[in-house]
Amino acid sequence: MSVVTIHRKVLEKNDEIARRNRAMFSAQGTFVINLVSSPGSGKTSILERTLEYFNGKLKIAVIEGDVQTDLDAQRIARYSVPVVQIVTNGGCHLEAKLVEDAMVNLDMRGVRLLIIENVGNLVCPSNYDLGEAMKVVVASTTEGDDKPLKYPGMFRHASALIINKIDLLPYLSCKLDVLKSNALNINPALKVFETSCTTMAGIPEWCAWLEQNLSR
Amino acid sequence: MHELSIAQSIIDIVHQSVPAEELRDVRVVKLRIGALAGVVPESLEFSFTALVAGTALGNASVEIDHVPFVIQCNTCRQSFSNEYGFVVCPDCGGVDTKVLSGTELQVVEIELEDVEAEAS
Repeated sequence: MSVVTIHRKVLEKNDEIARRNRAMFSAQGTFVINLVSSPGSGKTSILERTLEYFNGKLKIAVIEGDVQTDLDAQRIARYSVPVVQIVTNGGCHLEAKLVEDAMVNLDMRGVRLLIIENVGNLVCPSNYDLGEAMKVVVASTTEGDDKPLKYPGMFRHASALIINKIDLLPYLSCKLDVLKSNALNINPALKVFETSCTTMAGIPEWCAWLEQNLSR
Repeated sequence: MHELSIAQSIIDIVHQSVPAEELRDVRVVKLRIGALAGVVPESLEFSFTALVAGTALGNASVEIDHVPFVIQCNTCRQSFSNEYGFVVCPDCGGVDTKVLSGTELQVVEIELEDVEAEAS
């Protein structure tokens, strides 16, 4: 047997394209968020509330990632912002190359904030850097308070955690303090928001924090 | 199921590291995979085998070195392992900790059968 010793990161090619994306975003002066969560936690609803909050104040563009359909892009298009849909056709996550290719179809003139809504999945997207400035993970109360324990990778890499659907807490066994402490044990630096897209609770706080990060 | 795309990335790395005429001699691709890398080993092995079947790499299989998740507390200097990916020190409660291992996703070594030895 002869042995070739290499020690290479498996996803180095993705990381290289992500670095290229990051340099492009930086040159454009665009702050980029990679929004991740399991399916149905409310990513698109939070995105809609965020677009409403910044309407007329800040130019935002959106990349929608889904396994099938452009239903989410249709929802976002109602807000008259530049939006492009990536359909992965079965793929469980977005990769840096998909984002790089999608940028060609996005009018970025004057855009300060780009939000990439990843495919709903708490496992696979955590391995793939897209070139974003930060990952934001959404966990909804209906998913239970043990999600961070089951999917630590996603919480480890995030800068902020949005706990969504807090208006449903009275009807659920999910304990907010348990969910928070589980997440903070994995990532003590997480900035935590508690939101409801129905009552609008927490949305202004989340948007204000986002605005602070933009002006940094 | 991102194991399929991870398996393809591993195959790409093998192609870049071994001359084309020696690909058929590759027997083992050694990987280091951390407990928190988010990869299901069985699924990765299956994906790799499915992708190389009928190709020059058809004789190759993956061998996985599983790396536990370990943190070291910078305050009390102790190391701890846990399956949840907790980075808070379980002893002193400190958050000034360093992840020592458990997030790896690496191709470490490629083993090729020695063709000359085969001939002799």
